[in-house]
Amino acid sequence: MLTVTSRSTLAEMKAQQNKGLLARHPWHFALLVFALVYGWSFMRLGVDPIMFLKGFPQMGGLLRRMWPPDWAYIPAMIGPLAETAQMALLGTTFGGILAVPTVLMAARNVNSNRGIYLAARTVMNFIRTIPDILLAALFVPVLGVGPLAGAAALTLFSFGIICKLSSESIEAIDPGPLEAMDAVGSGKLSQIAFAVVPQILPQFTAHVLYVLEINVRVAGILGMVGAGGIGMWLNTSMAIFQYRKAAAIILMFFVSVMLIDYASRKLRERLI
Amino acid sequence: MIRLENVTKNFPGGVQALKDVTIEIEDGDFVVIVGMSGAGKSTMLRCINRLVEPTSGLIYIDGADITKVKGNDLRKVRAKIGMIFQTFNLVKRSSVLKNVLSGRLGRTPTWRALLGLFPESDIELAIQCLDKVEIRDKALVRADQLSGGQQQRVSIARALCQEPDIILADEPVASLDPPTSHVVMRDLKRINRELGITTLVNLHFIDLATEYADRIIGLREGELVFDGPASEVDEKTFAEIYGRPIREDDLRGGVVEDSSTDELAGSGAYSD
Amino acid sequence: MSDLQAQIIGKLRGGIYKRGFLLALIVVFYVLLITDLEYVPTRLSAMSIIKSAFPPDWSYAGSVFKGMMESINMAVVGTVMAAVLAIPFGFLAAFTVTGKKGSQLTKTLLNADRSFPELLLAIIFVRAVGLGPFAGVLALGLHSIGTLGKLYSEVVEAIDPNPVEGVRATGANSVATTWFAVLPQVLPEFVSYALYRFEINVRAATVLGFVGAGGIGKPLILNISYRNWDKVAMIMVVIIVAVTLIDTISGWLRSKLV
Repeated sequence: MLTVTSRSTLAEMKAQQNKGLLARHPWHFALLVFALVYGWSFMRLGVDPIMFLKGFPQMGGLLRRMWPPDWAYIPAMIGPLAETAQMALLGTTFGGILAVPTVLMAARNVNSNRGIYLAARTVMNFIRTIPDILLAALFVPVLGVGPLAGAAALTLFSFGIICKLSSESIEAIDPGPLEAMDAVGSGKLSQIAFAVVPQILPQFTAHVLYVLEINVRVAGILGMVGAGGIGMWLNTSMAIFQYRKAAAIILMFFVSVMLIDYASRKLRERLI
Repeated sequence: MIRLENVTKNFPGGVQALKDVTIEIEDGDFVVIVGMSGAGKSTMLRCINRLVEPTSGLIYIDGADITKVKGNDLRKVRAKIGMIFQTFNLVKRSSVLKNVLSGRLGRTPTWRALLGLFPESDIELAIQCLDKVEIRDKALVRADQLSGGQQQRVSIARALCQEPDIILADEPVASLDPPTSHVVMRDLKRINRELGITTLVNLHFIDLATEYADRIIGLREGELVFDGPASEVDEKTFAEIYGRPIREDDLRGGVVEDSSTDELAGSGAYSD
Repeated sequence: MSDLQAQIIGKLRGGIYKRGFLLALIVVFYVLLITDLEYVPTRLSAMSIIKSAFPPDWSYAGSVFKGMMESINMAVVGTVMAAVLAIPFGFLAAFTVTGKKGSQLTKTLLNADRSFPELLLAIIFVRAVGLGPFAGVLALGLHSIGTLGKLYSEVVEAIDPNPVEGVRATGANSVATTWFAVLPQVLPEFVSYALYRFEINVRAATVLGFVGAGGIGKPLILNISYRNWDKVAMIMVVIIVAVTLIDTISGWLRSKLV
């Protein structure tokens, strides 16, 4: 005799069977799609593992020509290295400053005005689609060759990332204090200052430091399109086949990246 | 004086939270509003400071209709109404003092608020409010380091700091244990007596209601079903308000914490 | 005014002066930084560029699509390669698997790999395997192993040990335990991170062409150098549309996973 529970389970199972083929095996379908996309890409590229094997000796040759790095070149690199750091610092700072009002405007729980919300969201999403080096390549004709273009490009780039990360933090805050500030009769800005900011400040700072780490790496490369920093020197030395100088530059770059990573990690630990 | 005239609130989705409610509350009254969950108590309270917009009807405070005011005028109205929430709604990362000072935000110019430059008189007032709830020694402690009862007292201090004419308390003790519940209710009653502030409290514990209220208002499914002095109320009246017999969990239990003895004699439901 | 009041007011006020001073220092520092930036003024103004960029050269759209497709293909193959190769690294870098020392070692390795900007890798690979998308695929793939490896390791460290214990208790060996208890927990997150990486790699793939590694990058940089702003605008339109589409699809997929 069927009991109540087994009857409802049967009903569920029947309903399950009546769903389409797709709904019943979502994983299998996804795998199929994925295999198709991958196979298609692979075909179109004409990529070939054999080529890779042939390429190894060539790569080896390149690496051999880069060793040992030209140590004497290093002092000359300090200036450009500082310039790279300068670009990264400025870009991160101003990107963060621009991000603050934008991300507040793009948060549904803070901003009740639909028009401003949509505008802020659009700007955010638009800027995020443009890769960093492309931004730099576009700024160079306008602002001239040099670190100003790089700093400007990094500002927009940082702005995009900080906005994305922080908007997720803001939407996750406790709405209670905000309601309380509303009940007290506080103006919108004060509400934000007292109820929103204290809740997201630690996360926002962590995001900014994370972006700083990214920017230092990116800044090293922007020079390749003329936007300042050691990238420009790297380009030149590779172009005139001075591989050992290039190796020295790459080495210096790594050292500075690791230094800044270390400093940033220490800073983050002290904040949390 | 607070006066609600034919106030109705419909929520999207067809829920009618308040149906044609008319109530008059005199200055200095200590009123407890009872009813089951969903009876409309919270909605009614929030209509008074317009955190919820009534669908129709009028609300007068001291003779002025506040249903249509906007912007700065609405803020001025809210500045004179203090609200206490079930979830305390303090800013967890900020100090007790900063939380209490935020009660002044309805009257503080934005620039002062953003810089944290509250006038000395405000700071003195905040400290006095902390005295009133006997929590001055925790002034510089972070709000999330306090117990539930202490946090609620801080939020009472915040309300007091607004120098309000009215205090609205929405289920102020639902998150607290029985002895602390009595302490908080006692504080609210004392403030009402000493400072003459009109106080409206939502409760679903009927023993607390009969013990502390001067006047009791009963809501059932959005309608006003009882309005009279607390002395006229007995278990039968409550059963009528609730529309069902009274249960164990409608009672808070516990006794008022006597400072001269640590013993807690009590019956009833201890929820933790 | 009582002692406590004086103390509190003193603390509040003092804090403001200290913070104000610090802020002033920082502002001075930044002003110096900015004025130190050198730049070579160009004869082009932003306005003239924007004016010649509109309307975009629609006739160019056909070849742009091909180039964009190539970039996307590069990103697909590169990300898949990295997603698979990073799995063992992910486990090796988790301190729950290899202990503190082993995981630290692996993590440092992965960090070093992450620090290699894709463009740099692309340059090296172009020298090694020649111009074209293959270099790009390798660059993207190799770089992504670093980031994905680190993200995977965090997932592995965070798995719930209870199902693992449960399966082991039935007498299953390591392989079966991994298959039944570990993989179902980590695979959705792995795929989610891989999709996220894919979104980023599509953007990266568009610029790798700058150094000859295939995709839309080459025509893009050429047009910028020749100041064909209308063609540049067309390319950017295609890039933005494609990236937004991919982001949306990927975002939707990811929400279904976790």
